[in-house]
This record gives sequence, structure tokens and C-alpha cells, in this order.
Amino acid sequence: MEIKDFLTSLSEGTGVSGHEGRVAEVAATVLAKYADEVTADKLGNVIALKKGEGNGPRPKIMLAAHMDEIGLMVTKIEEPGLIRFCQVGGVDQRLLPALEVVVHGKRDLDGIISVKPPHLTKPEEVDQAIKMEDMVIDVGLPADEVRSLVEVGNLITFKRDLLSLGESWVAGKAMDDRAGVAVLLGCLKHLAKLRHTADVYAVATVQEEVGLRGATTSAYGINPDIGIAIDVGHGEMPGLAEHESLGMDKGPAICMGGNIHPKVFAGLKAAATANGIDWQLEVAPAATGTDAWAIQITRDGIPTGLISLPLRYMHTPVETLALGDVEKAGRLLAHFIASVDQAFMEGLKCC
Amino acid sequence: MLLERLSHASGVSGNEGEVREIIKEAVRDHVDELQVDNLGNLITLKKGKRPGPKVMIAAHMDEVGLMVTWIEKNGMLRFTTVGGIDKRVLQGKAVLVGPNRLPGVIGSKPIHRQEPSERNKPLPINQLFIDIGAKSKEDAEKKVKVGDYAIFATKFGEFGAGKYKGKAMDDRVGCLVLIETLKNTYNMPVYGVFTTMEEIGTRGAAVAAHAVDPDLGIVLEGTVCADFMFDIPEGHATNIGAGPALSLMDATSIANKAMVQHLVALAEKNKIPYQFRRATSGGNDAGRISLTRKGVPACSISVPCRYIHSPVSVVSASDIENTIKLLDTFLRSIEQGGLKL
Amino acid sequence: MKELIKKFVEAYGPSGCEEEIRSVIAEEIKPYVDELHTDALGNLIAVKKGNGKGKRIMVSGHMDEIGLMVIHIDDNGFIRFSNVGGQNPVTLMNCRVRFRNGTQGVIGSERVDDVKELRLEKLFIDIGAASRAEAEKKVKIGDVAIFDYPMVDLGDYLVAKAMDDRIACAIMVAAAKEMKKSPNEVHFVFSVQEEVGLRGARTAAYGVDPEIGIALDVCPVGDTPKARTLAVSLGKGAAIKIKDASVIAHPKVVDFLTEVAKKNKVVHQREVLEAGGTDTGAIHLTKAGVPSGCISIPTRYLHGPSEMVNYKDVLECVMLLVKALEAKIDI
Repeated sequence: MEIKDFLTSLSEGTGVSGHEGRVAEVAATVLAKYADEVTADKLGNVIALKKGEGNGPRPKIMLAAHMDEIGLMVTKIEEPGLIRFCQVGGVDQRLLPALEVVVHGKRDLDGIISVKPPHLTKPEEVDQAIKMEDMVIDVGLPADEVRSLVEVGNLITFKRDLLSLGESWVAGKAMDDRAGVAVLLGCLKHLAKLRHTADVYAVATVQEEVGLRGATTSAYGINPDIGIAIDVGHGEMPGLAEHESLGMDKGPAICMGGNIHPKVFAGLKAAATANGIDWQLEVAPAATGTDAWAIQITRDGIPTGLISLPLRYMHTPVETLALGDVEKAGRLLAHFIASVDQAFMEGLKCC
Repeated sequence: MLLERLSHASGVSGNEGEVREIIKEAVRDHVDELQVDNLGNLITLKKGKRPGPKVMIAAHMDEVGLMVTWIEKNGMLRFTTVGGIDKRVLQGKAVLVGPNRLPGVIGSKPIHRQEPSERNKPLPINQLFIDIGAKSKEDAEKKVKVGDYAIFATKFGEFGAGKYKGKAMDDRVGCLVLIETLKNTYNMPVYGVFTTMEEIGTRGAAVAAHAVDPDLGIVLEGTVCADFMFDIPEGHATNIGAGPALSLMDATSIANKAMVQHLVALAEKNKIPYQFRRATSGGNDAGRISLTRKGVPACSISVPCRYIHSPVSVVSASDIENTIKLLDTFLRSIEQGGLKL
Repeated sequence: MKELIKKFVEAYGPSGCEEEIRSVIAEEIKPYVDELHTDALGNLIAVKKGNGKGKRIMVSGHMDEIGLMVIHIDDNGFIRFSNVGGQNPVTLMNCRVRFRNGTQGVIGSERVDDVKELRLEKLFIDIGAASRAEAEKKVKIGDVAIFDYPMVDLGDYLVAKAMDDRIACAIMVAAAKEMKKSPNEVHFVFSVQEEVGLRGARTAAYGVDPEIGIALDVCPVGDTPKARTLAVSLGKGAAIKIKDASVIAHPKVVDFLTEVAKKNKVVHQREVLEAGGTDTGAIHLTKAGVPSGCISIPTRYLHGPSEMVNYKDVLECVMLLVKALEAKIDI
């Protein structure tokens, strides 16, 4: 399957943190084509295992990209059919007025987050953001019908088809971090052409947005020798200084800092340089805000790495990235995995 | 479906061409005369057998939207709003830019890089950009130019029970009602006028009314409907599904009382649902028409639109049907001399 | 059951000092379980064996309550404190408190012109001592005070301090007593230190290594005047948690609890919380993950001296827990 097609079905798929079932199925079905086995653990993490070569114990490399998206959840249904909601994960309330959403009740219902007409809005109101707790969703149905189709706790997602921008950029919801899941596919596809010793556990994790929860339990279960998270980083855009963002379409970022094992960092860099893959440096003194943070302190501790895909407008319905960066990241990881041999594993211990 | 085509068409105030073409095609076979004036108004005439009264029915073709004002070195497009758009509905939305409908997004800073207090202040327009995925100014200039208009990239569709959602319901629903009305035959001259630039000051209607010089003016609009927001002191203005809304007074005109009373009587007699537009803010083409030359008795009949002037509005199918019905009943009564001014 | 509840809520047991409440609970639950032990952090774990064919279930309700720890006694015998668990200075104003040794006092405040300036640091406990020396005869640095109010029975409603979470402890004991023989191996964990970070549940879950986790805790309601939007109300039954800040309940556990409720005609409602955490948060991330959910007891005026529950809701919670534990579970 082509990366862009996979990314489209992932982005348009449904899977708010804690309820990733539908998108998990999409991920599992596609990854299964390039893996030896695909399983799901107790919290719903999808684990695609591609075995390496050789007898005897093989190193285990875990790749983690989270498939959950931020969204909203129904908190109450009031007359005359209003749906009140809260956020799941970090949602900027300023994105919500007049936003089209889908309410996942007994069936999927189109909804709109209601706004007052400008004609009835006082001048001083326009400079105050509307608070999320004052917003409601309109599904165009009378209250009793809403109550029969929608329950407290139902999930709500942004309604957003993938948009193609320019030659090879895309904008859509949940690129954070379904673009990372697409990288998992890219990596497995390239690995099929390479030889590798390590067993690769490509994990589409759950509940990253609410506390790196899927990574915590899946890393415990797999107990890998190396763990690499693939997530998104802030792409340069108006309002973010050049020094605090990543270049767009300039290649994936390789992260260094306390969360990252220096030898894993060096290995990823070497794989990029040796294979002519554009990359950029990302520095993070402490928490990276990704699955890597949870993986690193699992059990006895795991050597961790992080690849970041430059992404504009993170946590909005129009997250924008360059497909070239997604493709490069998949290749980079495949070459890194192929380079992990006995010598590399031994070298990990000597810091 | 005609409403869908009208909703998708691009026609920001001052650039109504695409909408005008669709309407021309739809009404061509039903009118005796058809012309486009100096401001782009489409003025059609059904002569009828009697010389009068001359009735002018107006619906505006233009929608609120955006206009590209500058292309940054990094390829981002600066823009301004055309017509009254609350800046708070712009963040995170998708648009289509220029005659080729190039997809673009109005992004905003990720939540991770904001101070919590930032989230209480909406971004001003000069901090918003349209991103079309261009890498540089040169790259962008290959596809768009300063002055291009941008519309919301909203897909028309069915919504909830018996409703539609889409952009520009204000006033493509009015255009639809007028197109349907022009398919009937009346015994007096009926001018179906599709006006331009209503949203930036009811400009088209002013000159069209001057040229037509009607005896009566009826404006068809999409109007405010705040029935899902209960915290407005004035109330909801209109309720969706409760029928065509009759204006009493707005910022630019007071509806002719005789016309309004007659509409009410006809609606009740014929059991057509109707309501009053219970708000006095806002204005429409009736403001210009009623003050043309020696003055023209005028009134407005509107289809309630939830979330008017935002990327996506909602209208009720039954409201559209009942508006068509009420207008037809009104015109028949006028041609039979039923309206006493 | 009201007597049992009264005994539990009135006992002494702030986070880290749960000894007294632990022995009270141990006394009550002993006759209904096969094993009883205390772990390294002080969690009380009571096990009802199954028949080997069911699931190993951890049921968790916390024994600890919020408190105030003495950090300084001034020259005039006034006691400054820090919070143990979440405390609201406005709620604390002029409350009565007591220490483990029975010493009683009142919370007073420095002069504050605007209630917005009120902070914990401006409050103090007054035990009626005239000097530091006199105070030190009764209280020392590190002692923890709790709210000092007896339970009040309003008929259908009960009001007490520490409903959070002693009401759950009472429900668990009642369930252990009422439940019939079940295939499932049930570990009733009366956890410690929930109020300071779900700590007891974390280690208890690691030790128990359950297949399913069901926590019991209180949850706020939206049925008082101009309350924050919440669909939960007193009198509408046991609340099945969908999410709070520490956990998104496993959908299969939510479905299971809902099915059990419907099948047994338990009055129930659904709960979504934006803030607040429960033992469920700690249990579900144990080792390779544990599918977990929570039965919540709707409660008004949380984290104050007068937490209010509806007695009928409490009985619905007991029934739901009993039927869930007796069920053949397929998750």
C-alpha cells in the first residue's frame, strides 16, 4: 500500500484516546501485510512483529508511533438537543467555533459547534475567546432523538478530509501521530529489502495524548533492547521563531538530550548520513513529550531514540506536513535497524 | 441539486461571476428579458399581461469570504475578510483560494507553545495566514495572486433531520427561492433581481432598484437564527423549522406594515408556517430599495440560517419550501389586487 | 449498613497514617474473606478465592482521607500546616479538626480583605493553647489533623467527612458479605495514599497482578444550583465511569458493568470527569496493562467536612459490585 493512501485512511479514521478501536483495525490490517504477526495487547496497542535473521537471542527493537487523536467527549445532553462536551487531550478552544465535527453515537452524526451570529454579537465579545464550557454541538435533531442516539461518554472527532497542498504536502487531522504510524509502514516496507538481525516490534500505541499510557504498558510487555518513538515536532510557521521550530520538508529530525541514549542518537545519525537521507537536529534537555519519555524508564530502563516529523499547526484540524519527510523517516529507521548488530548492542552499555 | 451547486459556487462580494452563470442557466428559459448591469447585478424580467404593479424581488448572489492581500517571503498568504466575519471562526479552517479553488488552511500555533492565557484571546486577522503549502513567495505566485478571493472549503450535505449544511446559505437560499418563483407565471411585471455586494453595503441593490424603479420591493434573504444559543438577551431572532421569517425592522429599514400584515393574513389563511424576525440588528437590500427615488414599499422574507457568516450554516428544507409557497401566494394575491397599501 | 458507614467515615486515617481505619476495616471484612494481609505500603488486601476458572479481579477503594500536617507551632501556640491531599482554603475556614490523639481544634485565618487572597499559608489551627510549650504537650510537627464531624443521617441522604473514599470501603465490605460463591478470585484492596498520588493502588496492583481492575471512588455531581456541567446527579444510581483525568475506562469494562447493571435492574448513570484521578489510573498502567473501570458514588461538596451521598445510590453501587463480581467475565 502506498504511504499517502495509508496516511489518508489513518487521518480520516476514528480513534480518540482510549477508544482507538476503529483506527487500530486500519493500522493492524495494513501493517500485517509487512509483518510476521500482528497482535493487540490489553490496552489496545497494535504490535506488528517483523522477525530478524539468525538463531540465538536476537536484539529487540521497539518502534512506537501513537494512533490516538485528540478529540472531544459528550458530557451532557440538554434541551433542545444540545450536546455539551469536554476535551480529550489538549484542544485549543479557539479552534472550535463553527467547526464541523462527527459525534460517534449509535451511529455517526454530523455536528457543528454552534456560534452566535455576528449581528447579535457585542463589539467587546469579539476579543474574548468563547470558553469550551460555554459551547454546544448542534446535530440538527430534536432532543429525544439525540438522547436515543447519543450517550454521555460518546467520542467526538473533527470532521476533516485529507487535503493536498502544493505538490507533496498534506493537511488533515490526527497527523499527530498517524503520520508516525505511516512511517512504521514505510520502515517495514524498506526493511523487506534489507537484511537485519533484530526483531522489530512496530507498535501503534494508544493513549499517548492523555499521558503516554499505551507506551508505558506496551514497552513493559515487549521489554525491548532499544525503543524508538516516531512522533511529530513543531514545523516552522508564523508565530514560531526559527530557533524553536523544525524546517518543513527538510527531512525528519533526530532528537538528542536526556531522554535519548547517545549511542542510539549516533546510530540514527550514521544511518541517515550513510544513506544520503536529509535530517535535522532536534534538542530536548528533558522530557520530549512523546512515548520515548515513558519507554526510557520501563523496567530496568531502555536505550531510547526519537524521530520527529516536522508538523505545522499541531493539535488543530489542519495539521500540515511534507510527505517527503514521512518517506525519509521510514527509510532512515529501516537503515538504522539493519545496522544494529552484536557490536552495536555491546556498544550500548559503554557510555 | 441546485442548492448544492449554489452553495459550492464561489461568489465573494465583488466576484459573483460564477454564481451569476449558474443562475443565468437556471432562469434563462423562464424569463422574457435578462441582462447584467454595471455592478454585475443579474436583472431578469417576466413581463406578465398587465402593466403593473411592478414588483422587484431581490436576492443577493454574494457571500462573505476572504481576499488575499499579500504574499509573504515564506509563501504564506495574508488576507482580509470581505463582509462581516467574526475572526473567531477562522482558526483551523480550510479554504479554497482563487479561481482554481486551490486548497489552503488557516493554521494556528500549537497548544504546546502557548501560554495558557493566550487561549482566552482570539488571534487577530493580522496574525492569521492561509497556507497553501508553498515553499516561498515565488512558489506561491505560480498559483495565486494578491487580490484572489478565498471561500470556505465546506462540503454541502444533509444535516440532522430535514436540514442542509453548507457555506453561503446567506443568501444562496434566497437565490434558490427566487429561481423557483421565476418558474411560475404572474399577471404583472416581476423583476427577479440577483444582486451583488450586499454584504459590503447593499451596493448592487441600490443601482438595480434605481434602474428597475419598482412599485413594490420584496427581499429574499438568509437570516440570523440563534435558536441554539440561549444566552442572548434579545432572544433567538428566529427558530429553524418555524417557517419563513418576516422582518419587522432592522438597522436599514422598517418593513412596510401593510405588506407585512398581508403576508401574515395570507400565511394564516393558507396555513403556511411563518414567524417574525425578532431582531433589529443587521441590514439588507431592502434598506436601499425602500429609499430608491421617491421611495418604495418594501419588506423582507427570510429563511433562518444557523451559524450565518461562518464556514458552515444550517437551513431547514421545510423553511425553504414554505418560503417559496408564501412568496407565490403573496404574488398571486398582489396580481389580483389583494394588497392594499 | 448505615452503622458500618458511620464507623468507617468517622475513623482516623489521613494519607500515610491509615493504621486506625485499617484495623477497623479488617475487623469488619475478616468473616467474609479467605485471606487478609497488609503489604509494605500499608494496603489492606482481603482475598475471596474463586474456583480457579474465573478471573483475578482487583477491587480497589482507598482508606485514606485528606488531612493537614503540622509544619510549625508558633510562640503563641498556633499551628501552621501543609495539606495532605487536595485542600481548599475557602472550605477550611473555621472548620473543626482533630488529631490522632484526640486533640481538637478550630481553623482560623489571618486577616484577609479579599477572599481571592485566601491561601493555605494564611490559615492556622487553634487548639486553645496559650503558648508553644502548651501546644507541644498535645501536638508535634508531623502530626496530621482531619475534619472532626460526626456523620449526619438525613434519611435518604448521609453527610460526613471522608465519604471520599470510606463509602467505597463500606460498599466493598457489604459486597464481600453479600456476594455468593463466584468463579472469580477477588482481591479487595483497601488502598493507602490515594489522595497524594494513587500510590497504594500502584504497588498493590503490581503485587496482585490482576486481570481486571474495578476501582470504587466518589465522583462530583452537576445537580446543585449553577454547578459545572456534569450529567451525574444524586439519586440517579451508581455511576459508571467513562473517564477522568487519570484514566479512560477500558471500553470493554464499561460495557461489562453496563450490561450487568441492565441485566440486574441496577439504577445507573454514566460519568465523564475532566479533572480528578482515582485508583483506576494507577491500576490500568500496571505492568503490561490491566483493563480497568470504576464504579463511582455520586457525592456533593467533595473534599470538605460535609460530603453528601444518597443512600439509595450507595445500595445500587453495592448491588452492581456484587453482581459484577459474581459474573462470568469475558474480557
